Amino acid sequence: MKTESVVEKVLKSGQLVVTSECGPPRGANPDKVREKAEMLRGYVDGINVTDNQTAMVRMSSLSACIIIKQMGLDPILQMVSRDRNRLAMQSDILGAYSHGINTMLCLSGDHIHFGDHPMATNVYDLDSVQAIQMVRKMRDEGKFQGGEDIDTPPKMFIGAAANPFADPFELRVARLAKKVKAGVDFIQTQCIYNMEKFETWMKGVCDRGLHKKVAILAGITPMKTVGMAKYMKNRVPGMDVPDEIVKRMGGVPKEKQAEEGIKIAVEQIERLKEVEGVAGFHIMAIEWEQKVPEIVERAGLLPRPQV
Amino acid sequence: MENFEPVIVAFCCHYCAYTAADMAGSMRLTYPPNVKIIRVPCTGKVDTKHILQAFQHGADGVYIAGCLAGDCHFKNGNIKAARRVARAKKLLGEIGIEEDRVEMITMSAGMGERFAQTATEITEKIRNMGPNPVTVFRVGQKQPT
Amino acid sequence: MITAERKPMEEILEHINPYNRILLVGCNECVTVCAAGGRKEVGLLSAALQMAYMKEGRTLEVKEITLERQCDPEYIEELVTQIDRAEAVLSMACGCGVQEIAKRYTTKPVFPAVNTKSMGASERQGVWAERCRGCGDCLLGLTGGICPIARCSKRIMNGPCGGSTKGKCEISPDVDCAWNLIWERLKELGLEKKYEEITEAKDWRPSWHGGPRKIIREDMAE
Repeated sequence: MKTESVVEKVLKSGQLVVTSECGPPRGANPDKVREKAEMLRGYVDGINVTDNQTAMVRMSSLSACIIIKQMGLDPILQMVSRDRNRLAMQSDILGAYSHGINTMLCLSGDHIHFGDHPMATNVYDLDSVQAIQMVRKMRDEGKFQGGEDIDTPPKMFIGAAANPFADPFELRVARLAKKVKAGVDFIQTQCIYNMEKFETWMKGVCDRGLHKKVAILAGITPMKTVGMAKYMKNRVPGMDVPDEIVKRMGGVPKEKQAEEGIKIAVEQIERLKEVEGVAGFHIMAIEWEQKVPEIVERAGLLPRPQV
Repeated sequence: MENFEPVIVAFCCHYCAYTAADMAGSMRLTYPPNVKIIRVPCTGKVDTKHILQAFQHGADGVYIAGCLAGDCHFKNGNIKAARRVARAKKLLGEIGIEEDRVEMITMSAGMGERFAQTATEITEKIRNMGPNPVTVFRVGQKQPT
Repeated sequence: MITAERKPMEEILEHINPYNRILLVGCNECVTVCAAGGRKEVGLLSAALQMAYMKEGRTLEVKEITLERQCDPEYIEELVTQIDRAEAVLSMACGCGVQEIAKRYTTKPVFPAVNTKSMGASERQGVWAERCRGCGDCLLGLTGGICPIARCSKRIMNGPCGGSTKGKCEISPDVDCAWNLIWERLKELGLEKKYEEITEAKDWRPSWHGGPRKIIREDMAE
């Protein structure tokens, strides 16, 4: 065991991991964090807290993680390199660990162009691969990125994102290989709708033995409406939504679309359980967190292991 | 403004527009004396700077008359001229001069009537627009306070 | 070349508003190539500014000079015969030139007429695109001759990120995904293996992050 992370412990026990997500509020009210996190208690092994997602200013991931930790739950710190240089990143990692946060995700982050402060600078001192290397060095060598010793090194279980649906497809396995080489412990993928493409990617991953070196959690996002399906298909970069899904969502009356979306999500989980290399699921129900417990239950992922 | 006689500068290419002007003359067609013709070998020879200078020196309107699309004697001189007219319009707009004071027109060598007609139309258009704002403080006219 | 674009007219007029005699100085190098501040653009701006003044019943005297370049003191010296008459100087060169004029003629206000953009190259006539950000430690040998620092919106050195779509950057379909270009180039060169080598965290000290930079050639400097 490298860390005290619940995600690591569940993986080591050979069971499927379930994580979900909590977006912090666009304000300073901690209750908003508590309400969302409470809904997930008992249903997940870890709760991702996004970091200024889509470059919109929100309460910091670190502080929301602390709130969640104080509730006795297991937060996963997300850190993008768009807003912080390596000093701030290492500093926040030390702070996070001092509060008992032991699992984190290293991401590049959506470009500042998408958010509410497109006029700000982009930091990008490090990219996600270099950030992974840095966190591993802090944990395994007890050294800062610059080389000096850390007094009480943080033991972080290191995660990253992977998008099998971005272009160019032929590079997506190689990019994962790079993150594995850098030292990543687990991966959460972009939400999956195109099963065939995902399975092709997983095959490439397994052919190289990467699934033995990194735990891959398949991303699942339930569709709420046919409008959402169309939006994700056409307007979100790096997202692959096949026509069948849009058709299926559009084929039921409005009041039934939410239920159809949940059904699709559960079916996806059942199918992915059979795919070699899938070590768990990352359920992202953006602004729909209350449905996560239902999805977890219907997909036969309860009870969560006590580790 | 009463008695305002606009000064119009017309850059006419030798092969088409200028010949059309000649044709108008031999057909005894009248067109306003306000139009001062400058013959150029091709409208492509007219630079944006010439257009601006015309306004700077008191022209109320400027037009460039070239060959019909595809017929330029020098292949694409008229296309270059059109682009420069667009650039001149933009620049004029930036300093608060109406962009419509300059325009690009095309005709063939035999179109005497078209020459006379466009000369008349453009003169009227500029007459209605009034004098070039750059020259509003010309001697004998309104003085700055 | 250093690419630049002329400033909005209102801004230029606001700068020179208090003055009636200006020296308008162009540059024969980079800004000529990108049609922002060469002899021709000086001529056009001069006419436009004079007309803008005339509209208000004022006169603007413009002395037009285009120097070979404005980033060498020897050329700036050529303005010495004209500078006294001018109340202000409007430079159409990049930021370097504006500063050199200001440095030499300290008693005259100097204003920029263009916004300096980047170091770039011509993609085709009339289109100049950013190519180099002067990071001070060129890694083009590793990326098939395509710069991820200048051409990747996120300056990722182990790209592409998850937003790359159909060869374009997530921020706009008009921006190429630099890492897609790099990958295609590596394939053409038979260097696919290079892709999986991790490029370590960059030392930004040779770049502007390390402070304003100066190059000193010992064999040339007195």
